[in-house]
Order: sequence, then C-alpha cells, then structure tokens
Amino acid sequence: MTDTGNAAPTGEVQVLQDAAAIPVIEMIDVGKVYSSGLLEVPALRSISMRIETGEFVAIMGPSGSGKSTLMHIIGCLDVPTTGDYRLIGHSVSDLPESSLSDVRNRVIGFIFQQFNLLANMTAQRNVELPLVYAGVPADERRARAQLALERVGLADRAGHRPGELSGGQQQRVAIARALVTHPALILADEPTGNLDSVSTNDVLGLLEELHAEGRTVVMITHENEVAESASRIVVLRDGVIVDHDATLAGSVSRS
Amino acid sequence: MMTWRDSILTAFDAVRTHRLRSVLTMLGILIGIVAVILSVGLGQGAQAQVQADINQLGTNVLVVSPGSATSSTGSRGGFGSASTLTFQNAQALVNSPAAPDVEAVAPVSTANVSVTYETTNWTTQLLGTTPAWRTVRSRELLAGRFITDVDEATAAPVVVLGPDTATQLFTSGNPIGQSITYNGTQLQVVGILAPLSSNEATSNNDLVVVPYSTYAQRLVGGTSRNAVSSIYVKATGSGTLSGAYQETQDLLLNLHGITTPTSADFSIATQQSILSAANKVDTTMALMLGGIAIISLLVGGIGVMNIMLVSVTERIPEIGLRKALGARPGVIRRQFLLEASILGLAGGLIGVGLGILGAVVIPHFVATRIEISIPAAIAGVFVAILIGISFGVYPATRAARLAPIDALRND
Repeated sequence: MTDTGNAAPTGEVQVLQDAAAIPVIEMIDVGKVYSSGLLEVPALRSISMRIETGEFVAIMGPSGSGKSTLMHIIGCLDVPTTGDYRLIGHSVSDLPESSLSDVRNRVIGFIFQQFNLLANMTAQRNVELPLVYAGVPADERRARAQLALERVGLADRAGHRPGELSGGQQQRVAIARALVTHPALILADEPTGNLDSVSTNDVLGLLEELHAEGRTVVMITHENEVAESASRIVVLRDGVIVDHDATLAGSVSRS
Repeated sequence: MMTWRDSILTAFDAVRTHRLRSVLTMLGILIGIVAVILSVGLGQGAQAQVQADINQLGTNVLVVSPGSATSSTGSRGGFGSASTLTFQNAQALVNSPAAPDVEAVAPVSTANVSVTYETTNWTTQLLGTTPAWRTVRSRELLAGRFITDVDEATAAPVVVLGPDTATQLFTSGNPIGQSITYNGTQLQVVGILAPLSSNEATSNNDLVVVPYSTYAQRLVGGTSRNAVSSIYVKATGSGTLSGAYQETQDLLLNLHGITTPTSADFSIATQQSILSAANKVDTTMALMLGGIAIISLLVGGIGVMNIMLVSVTERIPEIGLRKALGARPGVIRRQFLLEASILGLAGGLIGVGLGILGAVVIPHFVATRIEISIPAAIAGVFVAILIGISFGVYPATRAARLAPIDALRND
C-alpha cells in the first residue's frame, strides 16, 4: 500500500493489475458506536461489503442512516469500533493516527461537498497540498499539479485563488487535488451538494470519465440523479446495508 | 513526510496571511523585549554613571559631611541640617602630627549662584575652598592658574571657572583677565579648569571656584561664616585610607568634644562606602526593572498562547483538511510551533531594534544613561523565540489532537 502512494502512472498500472485479486475496500462486520457519556449510539451495526478496483459505487441512504460515518471509516478519517476494514488488502482498523494520515495521503483522494480549498492559496498550490505532506520535492509537485489541473480543464486557472473561481471550478480544483497523488480510491462526499445543475453535470461527467479510465470511485450522496452516474448503488439504512446493488426504482421505493 | 522547508514556508504563509493577528501577537513579546533591553541598559548605565562619579571623587579621598554618622541601615539623620564643620576643623587636619596619613585637606563651601559677564547671566555652583582642592580632587587646568595661598590670605577677588561655565559666559575671546560679577562683586578670572571628559555629570564641569576667604568674607558671609559644607581629605595612599579615616574621626571628635563615635555630629564617607551604597541602590533598581521585564515577557507569552488558541479554533476546518490530506499530528504540531517561534523571533528582533533605538534616543530627552548591551540583545531574541515556542506548545498540541472528522465537520 505504501508504494501506491507516490506511484507515477506506471505504479498505477501495477495497482490495476493487483486489483484482480484484492478488492480496494473490504469490510467485515464493521460496526461503529459513538458514546457520549452514558449514552451509546450505534451509527453502524454490521457492515460487510467489497468494492473492487475500477468500480464506481454510490452509497445512498436517508440522513441518519450512517452514510457519513461509513464515509469517514472508508476514508480512514475514523476507525471502526468492531469488525475489520481492509484497504487494498491491508487492515487499517487498528492503525495509529499518524499511519492513518499516511494512508489518507497515499491511497485516498478526497472530494468534499464544501470543496475545502484553502482560500489564501492559488488553485495550483491547493492541488499541490497532498504532495507537500507526502514530501514530494517542489518542482515535481509543480509539474504534477499542473498535469492534474490540465486533466480537469483548469490549467489556465492555476494562479487563481478559490474566491476568484465559480463553485463548479472550485470543485474541479478539488478533484485535481484528489487526483494528484494517483490514489487507489477516489472518495467523494456529496460532491455536487453545493453546485447548480450545470456544474453538477460537469463534476459527475468528470467522475464518470475517471471511472472509464479505470479508477475506483466511491461517492456518498442522497440524490437519485447523482447516484445514477454510478455503476453500482449501495443503500444504507439505520446503520446496515439494505441493498448492495440497488436499482434506482428500488431505492426510491425504499425512501 | 513533509519537509522542514515546506513546514517553515507554510508557517510563514500563515503568519503573513493573518497580518493583524500576527502583529498583535508579536506586540506582547516586542514590549517585553524592549523592556528587557531598556532595563538592562538603564541598570548598566546607572552603574557606569555611579562608577564614573566615584572615580571622579578621586582615589584615597574621604568626604566629611556635617550631621550625624551613617547608621547601620545606611540612613543619615540630620544630614547637612547643621553646619557642625568649620574651616578651623579643616585647618586642624592639615599637617597635624595626629594625622600623619592625611596628605591634603580641602574645606568646601558651596552655594548656587547666578554670575554675570557683561550681559550674560549663568546660574552655577559657587565653591569656596583652599588651593589644596586641586590636589584633593585631582583637577588639571586648561588655562591660567588656580587660586593660591596668597589669594586665600588676602581674600582676593579672583575666580577659577569650570570649562562649561567658561563656555557659557564667554562665547568668544579669552576669559582670563576678564571680570565676572556676583552680587555686585567683581571677580577676576585667573584660570579655567580642564574638563572631566570621562563623566557626563555636568556639575563637575560647571562651577566657579573662589578662595574660601573670599567666599566667606566677600560673597556669602552671614552668621555661618566659618561653617563649611564638607571637608575633603586625601590620604597619602590607598593603604593609609583607613588610617586617615581613623585619624580624621578621632581628631574631629576631639575638636567637637564628643566622646563616643556613635554620637558624632559629622559623618565620613569613603569611596568604598559610597560605592556600596550605590551598588545597593543599583541592585534594587536592577531587581525592580528585571521584575518588570519578566512580567512583561510573561504577559507577552500569555498573549502568544491566547492568540494561538484563537488561531487554532479559527482554523479548525483548515487543520481538518490538512489532516485529511495526510498531515500527521506531528506535522500539524510542528507547523503551529513554527508559527509561534516565527512570531517570537520577529517580536524579538523588532523589540531589540526598538530597544536599541530607545537606548540611543531616550538619553537625548531625559538625563539618564542607557548602555546598549549586546549580550542582552542576543539573549532577548532567544528568550523571545523560547517564549513563542513554550507558550505555543499547548495550542499546537490542541491543533494536533483535533480529530479530522470533528475538524472537517466544523464548516
């Protein structure tokens, strides 16, 4: 897993080849309980699922269904209370905080609802940020960030700050930031939640393209139209997966 | 892992981005460092001043003043309140077989007076003394001659000017041979004293010296005609100073008919006793100023912590994002500590700069002496960085401990 982090495009091919054997995400009986004082709130009960390399999976569910908690665990932002979570074959359930940081840095590309760009940095430097934490030298960082911005069609906006970009452009910068480390998994949390319909289509189009290129994409959403882009829909309710491959009609009927 | 270079650049970025906050944070440290530089400078300046004053007194010199003896606590009751010392007391010490360790004796009477040359007025210190004064005080002459025994014997209307006094009264031309007027009495200028350059105290360079007899009979007179302000006694050498002290005390006690030294109506100060008293004052002052400096640095440090904590709270989403993108807790801590130490360094450097500026400028407005201490300046910068770091530890640790999900949720 460590090798995939700094992988140049050749390394990425390596990941794709390995993928046949090892799923990107494998969860076995994962549970998460939040305790506040005497009260114990189970957010996830018993989640078991596999997501293979190259899949584009949408995780859906009404609010309170535990999809945010699941997203946090998939993204190694939080660890499960019970069960085991394997990311590209390696268990990350019991890793210490600093190792989780490294895993997030090398394996996962995050896309957030709020874009989460740093306002005082140019698009270019925002995209470079994950590489900074990976310890990549400055000139290599610059080149890779430029490539990533080209990939999302914003090469000409590299010197602009987030405030000077539209919402759709900001989210594309965030996608470039998610791509720049060549992660094994792209994890998008309500990526279109703050966008108008034009930008939404724009961003979903990009995610579909990435999927078509063979990347693994997991997207958390509560909107049917958005989930339509995915090749598979996982439906969550009350902390359990109620459907591993829902059709949209089914998920609508459930909600 | 993030490189140190990138950590430092990121910290600089944060400091630059939040300019007002950075300046406010720095201000506390800055004031503390200025206080340190100035207080150390003042302390050293005062010490140098006192040292110079004491050196001025001349080595091996005792000063006899009227009033009761110095008590053990160092306070002198009734100092100068009664003129118990007379010109005759001084004369008795001169060449006395009872005082073999005394080399020279100079009785001195002083008054603040206004003297006039043509239309120029000048207020200065009038000193009535004997020719021995020059030996006792180790003064050189710039021009002319000093007062002589003949002047003393005849109460001659002659005067020797201090160098500053001469400059003030005579803007041009040679003062020697000219006459100045005090209270209607014409005094002929016969000499000018050489300045004492090592000392900044102007009183040693701004004075007019007349024979004691002239002072008592022609100029100041009155009921206390024979009373003197003080008697300067010079010992024959540094080894005989204590002998001279004893002899002077015994002789004067005898002359005043006092049997116990504790009830003496005069006091004798040596260079040493003045020095120790001055040092005691210095130590007190240094402690006080040092205390103020430490308190201001502490307040500055608390300011750093306060603003860093606000900064951490304000930047929770940013910290969360950085952690999500792969910043380890240690890297976050390092970044905040670097920020705090950059603020400390900047505050320290600016503080040292302003402190040195103050040390140069303030003496032009206030009659005080401030030494610029390079060790204090260097120590100041290091202390500033140290304060930044030590008061930054808690906020930085808090930032490092933030869970990424809590941090991301914040927006």
